Amino acid sequence: MSSLSQRPDDAVVGLALPHESAALHVTGHALYTDDLVHRTPRVLHAHPVCSPHAHARVTHLDASPALAVEGVVRVLTVDDVPGVNDAGVKHDEPLFPEEVMFVGHAVCWVLGETLEAARLGAAAVQVDYEPLPAVVSLTEAIAQESFQGARPVVERGDVGSALAAAAHVFGGTTEMAGQEHFYLETHASLALVDEGGQVFVQSSTQHPTETQEIVAHVLGRASHDVTVQCLRMGGGFGGKEMQPHGFAAVAALGAILTGRPVRLRLNRTHDMTMTGKRHGFHATWRVGFDDGGLLLGLEATLTSDGGWSLDLSEPVLARALCHVDNSYWIPHVRLYGRVARTHKTSQTAFRGFGGPQGMLVIEDVIGRCAPLLGIDAADLRRRNFYVEGQATPYGQPVRHPDRVVAAWEQVVSAGDVVQRREEVSAFNATHPHTKRGLALTPVKFGIAFNFTSFNQAGALVHVYKDGSVLINHGGTEMGQGLHTKMLQVAATSLGIPLARVRLAPTRTDKVPNTSATAASSSADLNGGAVKDACDQITARLREVDAGRGLAWEDLVREAYFARVQLWAAGFHRTEGLHWDPVAMQGHPFKYFSYGVAAAEVEVDGFTGAYRTRRVDIVHDVGDSLSPLVDLGQVEGGFVQGVGWLTLEDLRWDESDGPGRGRLTTQSASTYKLPSLGELPDVLNVALLDHAHEDGAVYGSKAVGEPPLMLALSVREALREAAAAFGPAGTSVELASPATPEAVFWAVERVRSAVRSPAPSPAEAPAPAEA
Amino acid sequence: MPEPHITVNGLSRPLVALPAHTNALDFLRGLGLTGAKEGCAEGECGACAVLVARPDGPRSRWVPVNACLVPALALDGQEVLTAEGLGEPDHLHPVQTELAERGGSQCGYCTPGFACSMAAEYYRPDRDKDPDGFDLHAIAGNLCRCTGYRPIRDAAQALGPPTPADPLAERQDRPAPAAAPTRVTGFARPADLAEALALLAEHPDATVVAGSTDWGVEANLRGSRASYVVAVDRLPELRGLSTDGVIEIGAGLTLSEVESALGDTVPLLAQVWPLFASRLIRNGATIGGNLATASPIGDLAPALLALDASLVLASVDGDREVGLADFFTGYRETVLRPGELIRAVRVSTPLAAQTTFRKIAKRRYDDISSVAVAASLDVVDGTVARARIGLGGVAATPIRALATEALLEGRSWTPETVEAAAVALAAEGTPIGDQRASAAYRSAMLGNALRGWWAETEGRVATGADR
Repeated sequence: MSSLSQRPDDAVVGLALPHESAALHVTGHALYTDDLVHRTPRVLHAHPVCSPHAHARVTHLDASPALAVEGVVRVLTVDDVPGVNDAGVKHDEPLFPEEVMFVGHAVCWVLGETLEAARLGAAAVQVDYEPLPAVVSLTEAIAQESFQGARPVVERGDVGSALAAAAHVFGGTTEMAGQEHFYLETHASLALVDEGGQVFVQSSTQHPTETQEIVAHVLGRASHDVTVQCLRMGGGFGGKEMQPHGFAAVAALGAILTGRPVRLRLNRTHDMTMTGKRHGFHATWRVGFDDGGLLLGLEATLTSDGGWSLDLSEPVLARALCHVDNSYWIPHVRLYGRVARTHKTSQTAFRGFGGPQGMLVIEDVIGRCAPLLGIDAADLRRRNFYVEGQATPYGQPVRHPDRVVAAWEQVVSAGDVVQRREEVSAFNATHPHTKRGLALTPVKFGIAFNFTSFNQAGALVHVYKDGSVLINHGGTEMGQGLHTKMLQVAATSLGIPLARVRLAPTRTDKVPNTSATAASSSADLNGGAVKDACDQITARLREVDAGRGLAWEDLVREAYFARVQLWAAGFHRTEGLHWDPVAMQGHPFKYFSYGVAAAEVEVDGFTGAYRTRRVDIVHDVGDSLSPLVDLGQVEGGFVQGVGWLTLEDLRWDESDGPGRGRLTTQSASTYKLPSLGELPDVLNVALLDHAHEDGAVYGSKAVGEPPLMLALSVREALREAAAAFGPAGTSVELASPATPEAVFWAVERVRSAVRSPAPSPAEAPAPAEA
Repeated sequence: MPEPHITVNGLSRPLVALPAHTNALDFLRGLGLTGAKEGCAEGECGACAVLVARPDGPRSRWVPVNACLVPALALDGQEVLTAEGLGEPDHLHPVQTELAERGGSQCGYCTPGFACSMAAEYYRPDRDKDPDGFDLHAIAGNLCRCTGYRPIRDAAQALGPPTPADPLAERQDRPAPAAAPTRVTGFARPADLAEALALLAEHPDATVVAGSTDWGVEANLRGSRASYVVAVDRLPELRGLSTDGVIEIGAGLTLSEVESALGDTVPLLAQVWPLFASRLIRNGATIGGNLATASPIGDLAPALLALDASLVLASVDGDREVGLADFFTGYRETVLRPGELIRAVRVSTPLAAQTTFRKIAKRRYDDISSVAVAASLDVVDGTVARARIGLGGVAATPIRALATEALLEGRSWTPETVEAAAVALAAEGTPIGDQRASAAYRSAMLGNALRGWWAETEGRVATGADR
């Protein structure tokens, strides 16, 4: 057992504690970026001028009518940028564009004494456009070969020969929609100029360091001129990893130019129409099985809808390709990846970061092929699990594959799955208009940033003379409970009560050069850094104590007078990682997180409407740092995944009319998140026992993203229920999201197949060459 | 007339020089209160929920509403509680304790709104007599993106009764503040119907608001600004309800008030309420307002069409009665003349023996219908004597399915009749495809509404066994 993972007897980690800010949350006293506005005198409000075109050249921009509007103070345009006119890290996202690339693209920003003045000013700005052809749908982009960025290939073995020799070969296309983050708190920044020209930006950002860097390069300043603070976020989910930077830069630019604080908060419509979302994907595939149902080979082309700029599309695609295998051994594999360029928002990180899309492909393949093989889908999944000694298609050995088996068996037994499947069959036999389905799906998710350098973190721990402790680390709090875990780590490491430790908001002038709070890795990374800092202090105090066993406060006081440093900077980097992004081979992940879910649904054949009757989950979080937090992440991730797969239905205007490229689901009234009614009637979640993870902080594992993919069980259960409207052996194609309408049409296809059986989809054309 | 003010968490706060479109949320946040949050600004997410003391007979009730939709001026003279007013971090309210300790908050942004919705249900009189203890529909209008709701559900269901000394429970024993007549620049709350009608005659372009659940969205999302706003939701003449002979429902009653007052008197409407928006919206939206906005979907309109309802319209020239089927004239257009108000909704009795309401939407609760179908049938000796079917979402206005009604009347209620009627119903209206549903799905859902109803009742309609 490594010293990092070893847990003392009376550890504070492992206690089930509420969120560290819970009492502030429930009383409304927890502050978010935009809550600071009414505490900040003389604030100006920013409002964008948004493009009505999906693609157009800006031929003329006249801001003077806006300046005539009462209360308008300034209009920010490209001419005001002293530094680099770019909001991203790939230099393909001009902050003030000359060519607009999607409906909603901000051409310029208006600052007003009130939001109303800024809004009216924005409406008054005169912009002339020369419309250009626009690519809106992913299928259009593929047809027109509109791609951007790298075209990676993951390959192992000889897939051509494997498919040629396979007893059963099937092919098909799988499409899935993206997802709007819909964090309840929209993007917000508040910038002001501090003493000596220092720029201070409060931002709702998952990546304060990169926000700082983008603000600095837009302003033409050095990083040390800019400080970014994130108090907390009202949800992030990946949507605030890259997207906040430009907004923070606009606010900072306004503050510099006017000398007044500038607040930029997107309303919901702006947030939905201006910021990136989860990537929709299109996949073509050919798969080979042997007579026993074992996977022999898989060839697939995955095309993601990247939107107008690259943003994080390349790493998202890489993670998608690295998760097509999910928990299954596929000896021969060739996976092509490409990013489409479309005239839509620039799609970005979203919990799972391509992993869910990759996994959906293989689960769709198995769900559709199982009936054609005459093998029960759950059985087919179980047969193909990795075993010890096997490696992923990108060359990383699969450690602990027994854990997915253990989770599977626990779900089957605790969930009474065998008996309930009989009950489902009996129910279906007696209910012509209503059918139930019960499906199990596994999750194997790689933990660490694919890009090795990002796997580092820092922390700053102060012990004050009175024995109270203040910690600071590079991670941000968006509701995932990171700060709760870090407090527990510090208390455990210092061996003091939790109440003696306080955590200060994330700031770039406390801990520099941080990675994004992303990839589920923040507790691993920052926990390692906090523990490192605490361990340094503990070692120094141990010398002072010299075996006397002094009380904490006495020891600290004595150490101070002995001129012993009572604070420390901690650092952590994940060992053992390497990744070749060109060959798409290596050991990118520290470990895999595992989980299994069993879902039972009931579908109404008249409408396609359904409800989830029961879900049983067993999920692997290692030795939990904070069980209540981890339970919340598992449940919340699962329901968010259910939203993506069944309910949340992003629609763009793909017509040739004047609204082409417009997001038609741009508000909460047209874009529906799961509400209380989508919570399964019964939801049982257990954390996997005997799950110690050596080499991670106090034996724990990451939890943020993996549970989202447990929701694939609901999609597969819907497929099984739809299939029950037809004879055994019916292969069901199900759109994603599987809205009631999509399920209804799936049921109709099943029924029409009964009326006039269609030929089996056996031999399909090969996937498109990338 | 006293200066406009709101009592917020026990403190009187003046409403100074506010434009009519400034909503209560922005007003409260301007006071430095941070509990109420803007999540969507259209009454869909509940992050802005606050409690208002509303009349409940001689007593009062803490009623949660979306602060983003209500003009601040419309709360003149009222008492408002925000999450800050429920409890303090070191002295939490029971709902706050349950939410906090059970992991009911993650990012915390939606949490104050949940606390307000939960507190209202916590203080609901007679909740202890409810077998479920806590009606979960009370929090169905609050969205959470983090928790997946399980801990919130558990927190709600763990709540015991308020203690006898709970000051917020005691507050409900006393009357709610009366509606304050308000007259400021650009906004008026008249004291009675006569004053309201006179104002409307004087300001023919005035925007009439009640719960403001529709105009609030227009103001917030589309920058709609009114030259003059007249609030009519507390006019005494619009707040009556009688079930003696003809059922007459005051147009200014909120949907929650109608729901509560009618109980099971009109079974078709009892089917509509749980599927109509959310409790937060039903607490604000009035029955008259819902019809006057003339949404082509408007779940209530199809139901009232199936009930053959009529509307009493009032103006300075007097009352007139218009059948609901004749009320809608086009997309968001009605026969209402400038200066005219809906005073009441009338439903004739006896009610049809058999009724059904079917709502097709992406989300089970709190969603806008792709299609809504309401039907009422009188089946006498196995023959359909009278059929009324109202449809929403398949034309520019809510419509009656006249061809299907004609087909049904006089036929025996059999599977063959249902199938023929289903085919006819699927051809009614002119459904379009949009982001909610395709045209083909909408048509299919019309026909399947009848097939599903038959399957559900297995023909028992004919014998009246379901009554």
